[in-house]
Amino acid sequence: MTRYPRCLAAGDRALLVEFGDRIDDRLNQQVLALAAALAEVDGLVKIIPTYRSVTLQYDPQLTDFDRLCQQIARILATPAAEANLGRRWRVPVCYGGAWGEDLAALAEHHQLTPQQAIDLHSAADYRVYMIGFMPGFAYLGGLSPSLFTPRRASPRAMTPGSSINIGGQQTAISSVPGPSGWHLIGRTPWVPFDPRRARPFLFRAGDRVRFEPISEQEFQRLAPRYRDGLSPQPENEL
Amino acid sequence: MTCLKVISPGVFSQIQDRGRYGYAHYGVPASGPMDPVASRLANAVVGNDPNAAVVELTASGGQYLIMEGSCLLCIGGDVPASANGVMLAPWVSHRLKAGSELRLGIMRQGMRAYLAFAGGIDVEPVLGSRATLTRAGLGGWHGRALQKGDELPLLSPAGSRGRRYCSHHLLERLYPQGPLAVIAGPQQDAFPPSAFYDFTHSRYRISAQADRMGYRLAGAPLSHLRGADMVSDAVVPGSIQVPGNGQPIVALHDRKTTGGYPKIATIISADLPRLGQMRPGQGLSFMAVDLNEAAIRAARLRQGLDLCLQQIESTETPWS
Repeated sequence: MTRYPRCLAAGDRALLVEFGDRIDDRLNQQVLALAAALAEVDGLVKIIPTYRSVTLQYDPQLTDFDRLCQQIARILATPAAEANLGRRWRVPVCYGGAWGEDLAALAEHHQLTPQQAIDLHSAADYRVYMIGFMPGFAYLGGLSPSLFTPRRASPRAMTPGSSINIGGQQTAISSVPGPSGWHLIGRTPWVPFDPRRARPFLFRAGDRVRFEPISEQEFQRLAPRYRDGLSPQPENEL
Repeated sequence: MTCLKVISPGVFSQIQDRGRYGYAHYGVPASGPMDPVASRLANAVVGNDPNAAVVELTASGGQYLIMEGSCLLCIGGDVPASANGVMLAPWVSHRLKAGSELRLGIMRQGMRAYLAFAGGIDVEPVLGSRATLTRAGLGGWHGRALQKGDELPLLSPAGSRGRRYCSHHLLERLYPQGPLAVIAGPQQDAFPPSAFYDFTHSRYRISAQADRMGYRLAGAPLSHLRGADMVSDAVVPGSIQVPGNGQPIVALHDRKTTGGYPKIATIISADLPRLGQMRPGQGLSFMAVDLNEAAIRAARLRQGLDLCLQQIESTETPWS
Protein backbone atom coordinates (compact mmCIF):
# COMPACT_ATOMS: atom_id res chain seq x y z
CA MET A 1 0.00 0.00 0.00
CA THR A 2 1.26 3.46 -0.83
CA ARG A 3 1.34 5.83 2.13
CA TYR A 4 0.05 9.32 1.49
CA PRO A 5 0.86 12.13 1.48
CA ARG A 6 4.25 11.60 -0.12
CA CYS A 7 6.93 13.81 -1.70
CA LEU A 8 8.54 12.70 -4.97
CA ALA A 9 11.21 14.28 -7.13
CA ALA A 10 9.99 15.36 -10.57
CA GLY A 11 13.43 16.06 -12.02
CA ASP A 12 15.89 18.50 -10.46
CA ARG A 13 13.62 21.55 -10.51
CA ALA A 14 10.25 20.22 -9.37
CA LEU A 15 8.76 18.28 -6.49
CA LEU A 16 5.44 16.46 -6.43
CA VAL A 17 3.31 16.07 -3.29
CA GLU A 18 0.71 13.34 -3.78
CA PHE A 19 -2.31 13.07 -1.48
CA GLY A 20 -3.85 10.04 -3.15
CA ASP A 21 -4.56 8.46 -6.49
CA ARG A 22 -8.28 9.20 -6.87
CA ILE A 23 -10.55 12.08 -7.81
CA ASP A 24 -11.99 13.01 -4.44
CA ASP A 25 -13.28 16.28 -3.03
CA ARG A 26 -11.53 15.77 0.31
CA LEU A 27 -8.15 15.12 -1.35
CA ASN A 28 -8.59 18.19 -3.52
CA GLN A 29 -9.25 20.33 -0.43
CA GLN A 30 -5.98 19.08 1.08
CA VAL A 31 -4.27 19.98 -2.19
CA LEU A 32 -5.68 23.51 -2.12
CA ALA A 33 -4.84 24.00 1.56
CA LEU A 34 -1.21 22.99 0.96
CA ALA A 35 -0.96 25.15 -2.17
CA ALA A 36 -2.18 28.15 -0.15
CA ALA A 37 0.23 27.48 2.74
CA LEU A 38 3.18 27.11 0.34
CA ALA A 39 2.85 30.72 -0.78
CA GLU A 40 5.06 31.60 2.22
CA VAL A 41 7.90 29.21 1.28
CA ASP A 42 11.08 30.61 -0.28
CA GLY A 43 12.65 29.42 -3.52
CA LEU A 44 9.46 28.35 -5.27
CA VAL A 45 8.96 29.37 -8.91
CA LYS A 46 5.43 28.01 -9.29
CA ILE A 47 2.83 26.06 -7.35
CA ILE A 48 0.56 23.91 -9.52
CA PRO A 49 -2.40 22.33 -7.73
CA THR A 50 -4.09 19.41 -9.53
CA TYR A 51 -6.85 16.95 -8.55
CA ARG A 52 -4.87 15.02 -5.98
CA SER A 53 -1.39 16.47 -5.93
CA VAL A 54 0.62 19.68 -5.86
CA THR A 55 3.65 20.18 -8.07
CA LEU A 56 6.20 22.76 -6.93
CA GLN A 57 8.62 24.13 -9.46
CA TYR A 58 11.64 25.48 -7.56
CA ASP A 59 14.94 27.17 -8.16
CA PRO A 60 17.62 24.66 -7.09
CA GLN A 61 20.03 27.53 -6.45
CA LEU A 62 17.69 28.91 -3.77
CA THR A 63 16.37 25.74 -2.13
CA ASP A 64 16.56 21.96 -2.50
CA PHE A 65 14.43 18.84 -2.42
CA ASP A 66 15.22 17.80 1.17
CA ARG A 67 14.62 21.23 2.60
CA LEU A 68 11.28 21.52 0.77
CA CYS A 69 10.21 18.07 2.00
CA GLN A 70 10.88 19.15 5.60
CA GLN A 71 8.96 22.38 5.14
CA ILE A 72 6.04 20.48 3.61
CA ALA A 73 6.05 17.95 6.47
CA ARG A 74 5.87 20.84 8.97
CA ILE A 75 2.96 22.42 7.08
CA LEU A 76 1.09 19.13 6.92
CA ALA A 77 1.66 18.48 10.64
CA THR A 78 -0.09 21.72 11.59
CA PRO A 79 -3.88 21.53 11.43
CA ALA A 80 -4.85 23.30 8.22
CA ALA A 81 -6.91 26.42 8.40
CA GLU A 82 -10.22 25.97 6.59
CA ALA A 83 -9.25 25.62 2.93
CA ASN A 84 -10.02 28.74 0.99
CA LEU A 85 -13.16 27.70 -0.82
CA GLY A 86 -12.56 30.05 -3.70
CA ARG A 87 -14.77 32.42 -5.59
CA ARG A 88 -18.30 31.54 -6.71
CA TRP A 89 -19.22 31.83 -10.37
CA ARG A 90 -22.63 31.54 -11.99
CA VAL A 91 -21.80 30.59 -15.56
CA PRO A 92 -24.48 31.17 -18.23
CA VAL A 93 -24.77 28.22 -20.65
CA CYS A 94 -26.75 27.68 -23.82
CA TYR A 95 -27.28 23.90 -23.79
CA GLY A 96 -27.79 21.66 -26.82
CA GLY A 97 -28.49 22.47 -30.46
CA ALA A 98 -25.61 23.96 -32.41
CA TRP A 99 -24.01 25.01 -29.09
CA GLY A 100 -23.86 21.52 -27.63
CA GLU A 101 -24.10 19.08 -30.47
CA ASP A 102 -23.62 15.95 -28.34
CA LEU A 103 -26.32 16.75 -25.75
CA ALA A 104 -29.13 14.77 -27.41
CA ALA A 105 -27.00 11.65 -27.91
CA LEU A 106 -25.57 11.89 -24.39
CA ALA A 107 -29.07 12.20 -22.89
CA GLU A 108 -30.28 9.24 -24.93
CA HIS A 109 -27.28 7.18 -23.77
CA HIS A 110 -28.57 7.67 -20.20
CA GLN A 111 -32.26 7.24 -21.20
CA LEU A 112 -32.94 10.85 -20.28
CA THR A 113 -34.58 13.63 -22.24
CA PRO A 114 -32.22 16.48 -23.17
CA GLN A 115 -34.09 18.70 -20.69
CA GLN A 116 -33.53 16.18 -17.89
CA ALA A 117 -29.82 16.11 -18.70
CA ILE A 118 -29.72 19.93 -18.61
CA ASP A 119 -31.57 19.97 -15.28
CA LEU A 120 -29.10 17.48 -13.78
CA HIS A 121 -26.08 19.36 -15.08
CA SER A 122 -27.25 22.80 -13.97
CA ALA A 123 -28.50 21.68 -10.54
CA ALA A 124 -25.08 20.66 -9.21
CA ASP A 125 -22.42 22.64 -7.35
CA TYR A 126 -19.03 22.20 -8.92
CA ARG A 127 -15.52 22.93 -7.78
CA VAL A 128 -12.62 23.77 -10.08
CA TYR A 129 -10.22 20.93 -9.33
CA MET A 130 -7.50 21.89 -11.76
CA ILE A 131 -6.63 24.23 -14.62
CA GLY A 132 -4.64 22.48 -17.31
CA PHE A 133 -4.41 21.06 -20.82
CA MET A 134 -4.93 24.44 -22.54
CA PRO A 135 -4.60 27.96 -21.09
CA GLY A 136 -7.56 28.52 -18.74
CA PHE A 137 -9.19 25.10 -19.32
CA ALA A 138 -11.13 24.31 -16.09
CA TYR A 139 -11.64 20.71 -14.91
CA LEU A 140 -14.63 20.53 -12.57
CA GLY A 141 -15.52 18.02 -9.87
CA GLY A 142 -19.10 17.39 -8.78
CA LEU A 143 -20.74 15.91 -11.88
CA SER A 144 -23.86 13.84 -11.13
CA PRO A 145 -23.02 10.11 -11.57
CA SER A 146 -26.16 9.90 -13.77
CA LEU A 147 -24.19 11.89 -16.37
CA PHE A 148 -20.90 9.94 -16.26
CA THR A 149 -20.21 9.15 -19.92
CA PRO A 150 -17.17 7.43 -21.49
CA ARG A 151 -15.18 9.71 -23.80
CA ARG A 152 -15.86 9.61 -27.53
CA ALA A 153 -14.26 6.69 -29.36
CA SER A 154 -12.72 9.11 -31.85
CA PRO A 155 -11.66 12.51 -30.54
CA ARG A 156 -12.52 15.61 -32.59
CA ALA A 157 -9.49 17.31 -34.10
CA MET A 158 -10.94 20.73 -33.26
CA THR A 159 -13.63 21.92 -30.86
CA PRO A 160 -14.68 25.49 -30.08
CA GLY A 161 -13.52 27.44 -27.04
CA SER A 162 -16.00 28.22 -24.21
CA SER A 163 -17.55 24.74 -24.55
CA ILE A 164 -19.15 22.91 -21.65
CA ASN A 165 -18.06 19.28 -21.94
CA ILE A 166 -18.48 15.90 -20.27
CA GLY A 167 -15.76 13.23 -20.34
CA GLY A 168 -15.84 10.19 -18.06
CA GLN A 169 -16.64 11.35 -14.52
CA GLN A 170 -15.72 14.94 -15.23
CA THR A 171 -17.20 18.04 -16.71
CA ALA A 172 -15.14 20.97 -17.94
CA ILE A 173 -15.26 24.49 -19.31
CA SER A 174 -12.94 24.75 -22.31
CA SER A 175 -11.11 27.97 -23.05
CA VAL A 176 -9.47 28.21 -26.46
CA PRO A 177 -10.24 25.98 -29.48
CA GLY A 178 -8.47 22.62 -29.40
CA PRO A 179 -8.76 18.88 -29.95
CA SER A 180 -11.09 16.98 -27.60
CA GLY A 181 -12.57 13.54 -27.04
CA TRP A 182 -15.20 14.90 -24.66
CA HIS A 183 -18.93 15.33 -25.37
CA LEU A 184 -19.96 18.90 -26.18
CA ILE A 185 -23.17 19.69 -24.28
CA GLY A 186 -23.32 23.49 -24.34
CA ARG A 187 -21.47 26.76 -24.72
CA THR A 188 -21.03 29.80 -22.50
CA PRO A 189 -20.90 33.34 -23.90
CA TRP A 190 -18.07 33.95 -21.42
CA VAL A 191 -14.46 33.86 -22.61
CA PRO A 192 -12.51 31.93 -19.94
CA PHE A 193 -9.13 33.16 -21.23
CA ASP A 194 -8.50 36.54 -22.83
CA PRO A 195 -4.97 37.95 -22.39
CA ARG A 196 -6.23 41.48 -23.17
CA ARG A 197 -8.39 41.58 -20.04
CA ALA A 198 -7.22 42.82 -16.62
CA ARG A 199 -8.26 39.34 -15.44
CA PRO A 200 -6.89 37.15 -18.25
CA PHE A 201 -8.01 33.87 -16.64
CA LEU A 202 -11.48 33.63 -15.08
CA PHE A 203 -11.13 30.43 -13.10
CA ARG A 204 -8.65 29.24 -10.50
CA ALA A 205 -8.34 25.87 -8.77
CA GLY A 206 -10.67 25.93 -5.77
CA ASP A 207 -13.33 28.18 -7.31
CA ARG A 208 -16.99 27.10 -7.12
CA VAL A 209 -19.12 26.97 -10.23
CA ARG A 210 -22.85 26.68 -10.99
CA PHE A 211 -24.33 26.67 -14.46
CA GLU A 212 -27.34 28.76 -15.42
CA PRO A 213 -29.20 27.69 -18.58
CA ILE A 214 -29.83 30.55 -21.01
CA SER A 215 -31.72 30.73 -24.30
CA GLU A 216 -30.12 30.97 -27.70
CA GLN A 217 -31.31 34.61 -27.97
CA GLU A 218 -29.67 35.43 -24.66
CA PHE A 219 -26.45 33.72 -25.81
CA GLN A 220 -26.45 35.74 -29.05
CA ARG A 221 -27.04 38.93 -27.10
CA LEU A 222 -24.26 38.30 -24.55
CA ALA A 223 -21.55 36.61 -26.60
CA PRO A 224 -20.34 39.69 -28.56
CA ARG A 225 -19.93 41.71 -25.35
CA TYR A 226 -17.67 39.12 -23.76
CA ARG A 227 -15.81 38.58 -27.03
CA ASP A 228 -15.07 42.31 -27.02
CA GLY A 229 -13.39 42.09 -23.64
CA LEU A 230 -16.18 42.43 -21.04
CA SER A 231 -14.99 40.70 -17.89
CA PRO A 232 -17.50 38.42 -16.09
CA GLN A 233 -17.61 38.93 -12.34
CA PRO A 234 -17.76 36.26 -9.64
CA GLU A 235 -20.55 36.42 -7.07
CA ASN A 236 -17.94 36.99 -4.37
CA GLU A 237 -14.45 38.43 -4.77
CA LEU A 238 -11.72 36.99 -2.57
CA MET B 1 12.84 51.67 -37.71
CA THR B 2 14.50 48.53 -39.05
CA CYS B 3 12.25 45.69 -40.01
CA LEU B 4 12.79 42.05 -40.95
CA LYS B 5 10.63 40.95 -43.87
CA VAL B 6 10.00 37.24 -44.34
CA ILE B 7 10.58 36.18 -47.97
CA SER B 8 10.36 32.48 -47.13
CA PRO B 9 10.08 31.31 -43.52
CA GLY B 10 11.78 27.90 -43.41
CA VAL B 11 10.08 24.84 -41.91
CA PHE B 12 8.92 26.30 -38.58
CA SER B 13 10.36 29.64 -37.57
CA GLN B 14 8.84 31.52 -34.66
CA ILE B 15 9.66 34.17 -32.10
CA GLN B 16 10.89 33.18 -28.63
CA ASP B 17 12.18 35.05 -25.62
CA ARG B 18 13.22 33.49 -22.33
CA GLY B 19 9.68 32.31 -21.70
CA ARG B 20 6.31 33.05 -20.13
CA TYR B 21 6.89 32.09 -16.51
CA GLY B 22 4.28 32.08 -13.77
CA TYR B 23 1.17 30.74 -15.53
CA ALA B 24 1.60 26.96 -15.35
CA HIS B 25 -1.22 26.78 -12.77
CA TYR B 26 -3.45 28.45 -15.40
CA GLY B 27 -2.57 25.88 -18.04
CA VAL B 28 0.05 27.98 -19.84
CA PRO B 29 3.46 26.35 -20.34
CA ALA B 30 6.50 28.66 -20.25
CA SER B 31 7.52 28.08 -23.90
CA GLY B 32 10.90 29.74 -24.54
CA PRO B 33 13.76 28.48 -26.71
CA MET B 34 14.21 24.74 -27.24
CA ASP B 35 17.93 25.40 -26.78
CA PRO B 36 18.15 28.21 -24.20
CA VAL B 37 21.97 28.01 -24.22
CA ALA B 38 22.22 28.83 -27.94
CA SER B 39 19.64 31.63 -27.81
CA ARG B 40 21.29 33.16 -24.73
CA LEU B 41 24.73 33.19 -26.39
CA ALA B 42 23.39 34.54 -29.70
CA ASN B 43 21.79 37.40 -27.77
CA ALA B 44 25.07 38.03 -25.93
CA VAL B 45 27.03 38.28 -29.20
CA VAL B 46 24.83 41.19 -30.32
CA GLY B 47 24.91 42.73 -26.83
CA ASN B 48 21.29 41.93 -25.96
CA ASP B 49 19.58 41.33 -22.67
CA PRO B 50 19.05 37.54 -22.15
CA ASN B 51 15.30 38.06 -22.52
CA ALA B 52 15.42 39.79 -25.93
CA ALA B 53 13.16 38.14 -28.51
CA VAL B 54 14.90 36.05 -31.19
CA VAL B 55 13.72 33.99 -34.16
CA GLU B 56 13.94 30.25 -33.48
CA LEU B 57 14.63 28.33 -36.70
CA THR B 58 13.80 24.64 -36.98
CA ALA B 59 15.98 22.43 -39.22
CA SER B 60 16.07 25.05 -41.98
CA GLY B 61 16.45 28.80 -42.17
CA GLY B 62 14.58 30.59 -44.94
CA GLN B 63 15.07 33.97 -46.58
CA TYR B 64 14.64 37.42 -45.10
CA LEU B 65 15.00 41.02 -46.22
CA ILE B 66 16.37 43.78 -43.99
CA MET B 67 14.18 46.85 -44.57
CA GLU B 68 14.17 50.54 -43.63
CA GLY B 69 17.36 50.62 -41.52
CA SER B 70 20.46 48.58 -40.76
CA CYS B 71 20.86 45.88 -38.12
CA LEU B 72 23.35 43.84 -36.17
CA LEU B 73 22.79 40.08 -36.42
CA CYS B 74 24.19 36.90 -34.87
CA ILE B 75 23.28 33.50 -36.29
CA GLY B 76 23.31 31.14 -33.32
CA GLY B 77 23.60 27.68 -34.85
CA ASP B 78 25.31 25.68 -37.56
CA VAL B 79 23.35 26.89 -40.56
CA PRO B 80 24.86 28.02 -43.87
CA ALA B 81 24.09 31.72 -44.35
CA SER B 82 24.79 34.55 -46.73
CA ALA B 83 23.79 38.18 -47.18
CA ASN B 84 23.73 39.44 -50.78
CA GLY B 85 25.89 36.46 -51.72
CA VAL B 86 28.56 37.01 -49.05
CA MET B 87 28.94 34.12 -46.62
CA LEU B 88 28.09 34.84 -42.97
CA ALA B 89 29.79 32.77 -40.27
CA PRO B 90 27.72 31.70 -37.26
CA TRP B 91 28.40 33.01 -33.74
CA VAL B 92 29.85 36.32 -34.99
CA SER B 93 28.06 39.65 -35.12
CA HIS B 94 27.40 40.98 -38.64
CA ARG B 95 26.27 44.43 -39.70
CA LEU B 96 23.61 44.30 -42.40
CA LYS B 97 22.45 47.36 -44.34
CA ALA B 98 18.89 48.08 -45.39
CA GLY B 99 18.12 46.04 -48.50
CA SER B 100 20.35 43.10 -47.49
CA GLU B 101 18.92 39.75 -48.42
CA LEU B 102 19.62 37.14 -45.81
CA ARG B 103 19.59 33.53 -47.05
CA LEU B 104 19.81 30.62 -44.65
CA GLY B 105 20.09 26.99 -45.69
CA ILE B 106 19.55 23.60 -44.07
CA MET B 107 21.23 23.12 -40.70
CA ARG B 108 24.42 21.07 -40.93
CA GLN B 109 23.94 19.76 -37.42
CA GLY B 110 21.47 20.33 -34.63
CA MET B 111 17.79 21.02 -34.95
CA ARG B 112 17.45 24.64 -33.81
CA ALA B 113 19.29 27.86 -34.58
CA TYR B 114 18.57 31.42 -33.47
CA LEU B 115 18.59 34.75 -35.26
CA ALA B 116 19.44 37.40 -32.68
CA PHE B 117 19.22 41.05 -33.74
CA ALA B 118 20.68 43.82 -31.58
CA GLY B 119 17.71 45.28 -29.68
CA GLY B 120 15.55 42.21 -30.23
CA ILE B 121 12.30 41.74 -32.11
CA ASP B 122 9.58 44.20 -31.21
CA VAL B 123 6.34 42.34 -30.75
CA GLU B 124 3.80 43.05 -28.04
CA PRO B 125 4.38 40.88 -24.94
CA VAL B 126 1.41 38.69 -23.99
CA LEU B 127 1.24 37.81 -20.27
CA GLY B 128 4.69 39.34 -19.93
CA SER B 129 6.43 37.41 -22.70
CA ARG B 130 7.03 37.56 -26.45
CA ALA B 131 7.41 33.77 -26.73
CA THR B 132 5.15 32.07 -29.28
CA LEU B 133 2.83 29.26 -28.17
CA THR B 134 1.33 28.26 -31.53
CA ARG B 135 -0.88 25.58 -29.94
CA ALA B 136 -2.88 28.33 -28.19
CA GLY B 137 -2.24 31.14 -30.68
CA LEU B 138 -0.40 33.10 -27.99
CA GLY B 139 2.49 35.59 -28.16
CA GLY B 140 5.09 36.01 -30.88
CA TRP B 141 3.86 37.21 -34.26
CA HIS B 142 0.06 36.83 -34.09
CA GLY B 143 0.51 33.65 -32.09
CA ARG B 144 1.79 31.68 -35.08
CA ALA B 145 4.89 30.58 -36.96
CA LEU B 146 6.32 33.13 -39.40
CA GLN B 147 4.81 33.29 -42.88
CA LYS B 148 5.86 34.81 -46.17
CA GLY B 149 5.25 38.56 -46.16
CA ASP B 150 5.42 39.10 -42.38
CA GLU B 151 7.30 42.28 -41.46
CA LEU B 152 8.79 42.08 -37.98
CA PRO B 153 9.88 45.38 -36.45
CA LEU B 154 13.19 45.40 -34.58
CA LEU B 155 13.75 47.44 -31.43
CA SER B 156 16.59 49.92 -31.75
CA PRO B 157 19.53 48.82 -29.61
CA ALA B 158 20.69 51.04 -26.77
CA GLY B 159 24.03 52.48 -27.90
CA SER B 160 26.33 51.20 -30.60
CA ARG B 161 28.05 47.86 -30.37
CA GLY B 162 31.37 46.57 -31.66
CA ARG B 163 32.11 43.24 -33.26
CA ARG B 164 31.95 40.21 -30.99
CA TYR B 165 32.07 36.46 -31.39
CA CYS B 166 31.63 33.28 -29.39
CA SER B 167 34.43 30.69 -29.26
CA HIS B 168 33.48 27.36 -30.90
CA HIS B 169 35.81 25.59 -28.53
CA LEU B 170 33.99 26.85 -25.40
CA LEU B 171 30.60 26.41 -27.06
CA GLU B 172 31.16 22.74 -27.85
CA ARG B 173 31.89 22.00 -24.21
CA LEU B 174 28.33 23.04 -23.33
CA TYR B 175 26.94 20.09 -25.32
CA PRO B 176 28.41 16.93 -23.74
CA GLN B 177 27.99 13.64 -25.56
CA GLY B 178 26.57 10.49 -23.99
CA PRO B 179 23.25 9.41 -22.50
CA LEU B 180 20.78 11.99 -21.24
CA ALA B 181 20.65 12.04 -17.45
CA VAL B 182 17.30 11.32 -15.79
CA ILE B 183 15.96 11.26 -12.25
CA ALA B 184 13.64 8.31 -11.61
CA GLY B 185 9.93 9.02 -11.20
CA PRO B 186 7.81 10.65 -9.96
CA GLN B 187 5.55 7.70 -10.90
CA GLN B 188 8.22 5.03 -11.11
CA ASP B 189 6.02 2.75 -8.96
CA ALA B 190 3.38 2.63 -11.71
CA PHE B 191 5.83 0.31 -13.52
CA PRO B 192 7.38 -3.06 -12.66
CA PRO B 193 10.93 -2.66 -11.26
CA SER B 194 12.37 -4.03 -14.49
CA ALA B 195 10.87 -1.18 -16.53
CA PHE B 196 13.20 1.54 -15.22
CA TYR B 197 16.16 -0.78 -15.79
CA ASP B 198 14.96 -1.44 -19.35
CA PHE B 199 14.41 2.26 -19.89
CA THR B 200 17.96 3.20 -18.86
CA HIS B 201 19.58 0.27 -20.68
CA SER B 202 17.99 0.43 -24.12
CA ARG B 203 18.33 2.67 -27.08
CA TYR B 204 15.49 4.86 -28.30
CA ARG B 205 14.96 6.75 -31.50
CA ILE B 206 13.28 10.16 -31.78
CA SER B 207 10.19 9.58 -33.93
CA ALA B 208 8.85 11.93 -36.59
CA GLN B 209 6.41 13.27 -33.99
CA ALA B 210 8.89 15.58 -32.33
CA ASP B 211 8.13 19.24 -31.89
CA ARG B 212 8.13 22.00 -29.29
CA MET B 213 5.41 20.21 -27.30
CA GLY B 214 7.41 17.05 -26.92
CA TYR B 215 9.31 14.19 -28.51
CA ARG B 216 7.69 10.81 -29.01
CA LEU B 217 10.34 8.11 -28.76
CA ALA B 218 10.41 4.66 -30.36
CA GLY B 219 12.13 1.62 -28.83
CA ALA B 220 11.68 -1.11 -26.26
CA PRO B 221 8.07 -0.78 -25.04
CA LEU B 222 7.69 -0.24 -21.27
CA SER B 223 4.89 -2.07 -19.49
CA HIS B 224 2.77 -0.69 -16.66
CA LEU B 225 1.74 -2.43 -13.45
CA ARG B 226 -1.88 -1.25 -13.37
CA GLY B 227 -2.55 0.25 -16.78
CA ALA B 228 -1.53 3.53 -18.33
CA ASP B 229 -4.31 5.74 -16.94
CA MET B 230 -3.92 7.74 -13.78
CA VAL B 231 -5.61 10.85 -12.45
CA SER B 232 -3.96 13.72 -14.31
CA ASP B 233 -1.27 15.75 -12.60
CA ALA B 234 1.26 18.39 -13.57
CA VAL B 235 3.78 17.78 -16.36
CA VAL B 236 7.12 19.65 -16.30
CA PRO B 237 9.72 20.09 -19.08
CA GLY B 238 11.64 16.82 -19.31
CA SER B 239 8.82 14.65 -17.87
CA ILE B 240 8.86 11.25 -19.57
CA GLN B 241 5.29 9.99 -19.83
CA VAL B 242 4.49 6.44 -20.87
CA PRO B 243 1.10 5.94 -22.59
CA GLY B 244 -0.60 2.59 -23.20
CA ASN B 245 1.59 1.62 -26.15
CA GLY B 246 4.65 1.73 -23.89
CA GLN B 247 6.54 4.21 -26.08
CA PRO B 248 7.85 7.12 -23.99
CA ILE B 249 6.95 10.76 -24.68
CA VAL B 250 9.27 13.51 -23.45
CA ALA B 251 7.35 16.68 -22.56
CA LEU B 252 9.07 19.90 -23.64
CA HIS B 253 8.55 23.64 -23.50
CA ASP B 254 5.13 23.96 -25.21
CA ARG B 255 3.72 20.89 -23.42
CA LYS B 256 0.24 20.51 -22.04
CA THR B 257 0.68 21.49 -18.40
CA THR B 258 -1.21 18.44 -17.11
CA GLY B 259 -1.35 14.86 -18.29
CA GLY B 260 -2.77 11.50 -17.30
CA TYR B 261 0.05 9.07 -18.19
CA PRO B 262 2.48 7.89 -15.50
CA LYS B 263 5.94 9.45 -15.67
CA ILE B 264 8.75 6.95 -15.36
CA ALA B 265 11.53 9.54 -15.17
CA THR B 266 12.38 13.21 -15.68
CA ILE B 267 15.31 14.50 -17.75
CA ILE B 268 17.51 16.83 -15.69
CA SER B 269 17.41 20.52 -16.57
CA ALA B 270 21.06 20.63 -17.69
CA ASP B 271 20.38 18.08 -20.44
CA LEU B 272 17.29 19.75 -21.96
CA PRO B 273 19.25 22.19 -24.19
CA ARG B 274 21.08 19.37 -25.97
CA LEU B 275 17.84 17.39 -26.33
CA GLY B 276 16.39 20.48 -28.07
CA GLN B 277 19.13 20.08 -30.68
CA MET B 278 18.36 16.40 -31.39
CA ARG B 279 16.57 15.51 -34.59
CA PRO B 280 13.80 13.08 -35.51
CA GLY B 281 15.42 9.77 -36.42
CA GLN B 282 18.34 10.32 -34.09
CA GLY B 283 19.12 7.65 -31.46
CA LEU B 284 19.42 8.39 -27.76
CA SER B 285 19.73 6.65 -24.43
CA PHE B 286 19.23 7.53 -20.79
CA MET B 287 21.19 7.10 -17.59
CA ALA B 288 19.95 7.39 -14.01
CA VAL B 289 21.46 10.06 -11.78
CA ASP B 290 20.49 11.37 -8.34
CA LEU B 291 19.71 14.94 -7.30
CA ASN B 292 23.33 15.57 -6.25
CA GLU B 293 24.65 14.58 -9.64
CA ALA B 294 21.95 16.70 -11.32
CA ALA B 295 23.09 19.70 -9.24
CA ILE B 296 26.73 19.10 -10.24
CA ARG B 297 25.77 18.95 -13.91
CA ALA B 298 23.61 22.08 -13.61
CA ALA B 299 26.53 23.93 -11.97
CA ARG B 300 28.90 22.73 -14.71
CA LEU B 301 26.57 24.05 -17.42
CA ARG B 302 26.13 27.36 -15.59
CA GLN B 303 29.90 27.81 -15.22
CA GLY B 304 30.50 26.88 -18.87
CA LEU B 305 27.85 29.38 -19.92
CA ASP B 306 29.38 32.12 -17.74
CA LEU B 307 32.77 31.41 -19.27
CA CYS B 308 31.30 31.78 -22.78
CA LEU B 309 29.58 35.04 -21.80
CA GLN B 310 32.83 36.47 -20.41
CA GLN B 311 34.71 35.34 -23.50
CA ILE B 312 32.12 37.02 -25.77
CA GLU B 313 32.48 40.32 -23.87
CA SER B 314 36.26 40.12 -24.14
CA THR B 315 36.18 39.81 -27.94
CA GLU B 316 34.55 43.18 -28.53
CA THR B 317 36.45 45.23 -31.10
CA PRO B 318 35.35 48.41 -32.84
CA TRP B 319 34.13 48.11 -36.44
CA SER B 320 36.88 49.19 -38.82
